[in-house]
Amino acid sequence: MSQPLLKAESLTIAFAGIKAADNVSLEIEKGEFLAIIGPNGSGKTTFLNLCTGYIRPVSGEVYLEGEPITGWAPRRIARQGIARAFQIPQLFTDQTVRSNLLLGIASRQGVWDGLKPLARRRYQEEADELLELLGLSAHADAIAGTLPEGLRKLADITLALALKPRLLLLDEPTSGVSALERFSIMETLMNAMRTKGLTALFVEHDMEIVERYADRVLVWNSGSILAQGKPAEVLQDPRVVETVVGVA
Amino acid sequence: MKIIYALFAAAFAALAIVPFAAPWLQFVLTIAIAKGFAAVGVALLLRAGLISIGHAMFYAAGAYTAAFIVLWSGISDLFVLLIASTLVTAAIGALVGAYLVRYRAIFFAMLNLAVSMVFFALLSKLYGITGGTDGLRVPVPTVLGTTLTKAGFDIVLFYVALALMAIIAGLGVQFLKSPLGHAVGAIHTNEVRLEYLGVSAWSVLLIAYTISAALAGLGGAIAAVSIGHVLPEYAYWTESGHLVLTAVLGGIGGVAGPFIGSIFLEIVHTVAVGVAHNAWNLIMGATLLLVIFFLPQGLYGLVTKSADKTSSAKLGENKS
Ligand SMILES: Nc1ncnc2c1ncn2[C@@H]1O[C@H](COP(=O)(O)OP(=O)(O)O)[C@@H](O)[C@H]1O
Ligand SMILES: [Mg+2]
Repeated sequence: MSQPLLKAESLTIAFAGIKAADNVSLEIEKGEFLAIIGPNGSGKTTFLNLCTGYIRPVSGEVYLEGEPITGWAPRRIARQGIARAFQIPQLFTDQTVRSNLLLGIASRQGVWDGLKPLARRRYQEEADELLELLGLSAHADAIAGTLPEGLRKLADITLALALKPRLLLLDEPTSGVSALERFSIMETLMNAMRTKGLTALFVEHDMEIVERYADRVLVWNSGSILAQGKPAEVLQDPRVVETVVGVA
Repeated sequence: MKIIYALFAAAFAALAIVPFAAPWLQFVLTIAIAKGFAAVGVALLLRAGLISIGHAMFYAAGAYTAAFIVLWSGISDLFVLLIASTLVTAAIGALVGAYLVRYRAIFFAMLNLAVSMVFFALLSKLYGITGGTDGLRVPVPTVLGTTLTKAGFDIVLFYVALALMAIIAGLGVQFLKSPLGHAVGAIHTNEVRLEYLGVSAWSVLLIAYTISAALAGLGGAIAAVSIGHVLPEYAYWTESGHLVLTAVLGGIGGVAGPFIGSIFLEIVHTVAVGVAHNAWNLIMGATLLLVIFFLPQGLYGLVTKSADKTSSAKLGENKS
């Protein structure tokens, strides 16, 4: 029997008495594209923070292919192959998009080389390939901080991909993007995912996107999982309609 | 970009003829370059978004190490002194840094200040070892076994400092382009993302801190053998402030910036003290204000800007 790629067991954390994760357990299988939906403030981002070591749970465990990684620092978890794209893009805003990616690519070997240029051919080629794959080639030389939000989000995701992760966590990849652009971004993303054979978890607001792209969906409410299953079924569930769909 | 190298080469050539063309400038420039090394160290940390108001302690550490080596071991070869002082200061920097690079912003600045004040107090009070407030005299070193007169040694030291400046600038330019150099800047722009790339900001900063201390130590050692006397004042907090000012004034965009800032300040200082003794601080303050308002990239920004203008005019294109 194969291990789930990621397994969360009874994760609990509270902020000022409000439970942002209340005994959350879930598993992500290899190759799966799992969506999380839920109202604002229900603890979706907190779950990503827990999985990547940004915050520690009060109780519970996180396993990556069976290995407990609870309480590890983000850098250590990142090196184990979990990469993350952020709800608010986190880029090196004073650098070009390409330079951001170069640092991401270089960081797989550590960044301890202080003499040879970062912009070396091998890294450049890989960066250009990624830029092409994510449709960012035209913006490669733009300063990351000057791009519109949609492109910054895409660059943020590309930077996560530069780490060649085993698991990619995406926090609302299409927020801040016009409804028209959403599907084209998702198409680009899905194409990249398939090309790289990635497993991913993505937090999403847009029901149509969840329905179209997710293999499975989890519905979050007040720090716990309200329902889960195939999007087509879950999104019909009256409780889900009431808490999530009605609100959105 | 080519033109900027030509500009630096010309400036370097101009400096190289100073011992013959303007002997009075030779000592001033030796000290300017010495402080320039320390200012480069401060600038490196500034790139990471960290202000050290304590780096004069490493300048002093380098100076006192040179003095101790001569006084205790009798070894007084210039190159041994410079190398050993740099290494010892690097080790001190690594020790102090291991504790300090956890902190950010005002905490980092103040803790550097605090440690440097303790360092200053120790230099002043440990009379038996450091000579207290009288400091220590540093005899004229030999150069590769050759004994020189003070005047002869000063000329050699000037050229050694000049050569070291060129070497450090060359290495520095490469460093800034390297993965590690980018990582130092990344701590300033987005430390969280850097950690999410699997990189330890603490380790990156510790390396940067150690390098910056080593550079300050090298500068201090040059100053010690040039002046021939080391004093606790080398470590005083106003000296640390001066280094920050030098780095900001010169500009942290490139390695040349702090050297330009240091040479500029030392020359302005020398001239201002001669012309208007009491107005020295006023002149300095006004200069700094002008630079901050009109040259946010420092004097270095002025150099690169004018170089860019010339080169794009030549090529007839509008590069940005
Ligand atoms: N670091 C934190 N400190 C205090 N409260 C937090 C922190 N992170 C999240 N919260 C709170 O936890 C709840 C869940 O937040 P979040 O996970 O961001 O929700 P979502 O991503 O689903 O919109 C919110 O009430 C939020 O204010
Ligand atoms: Mg969120």
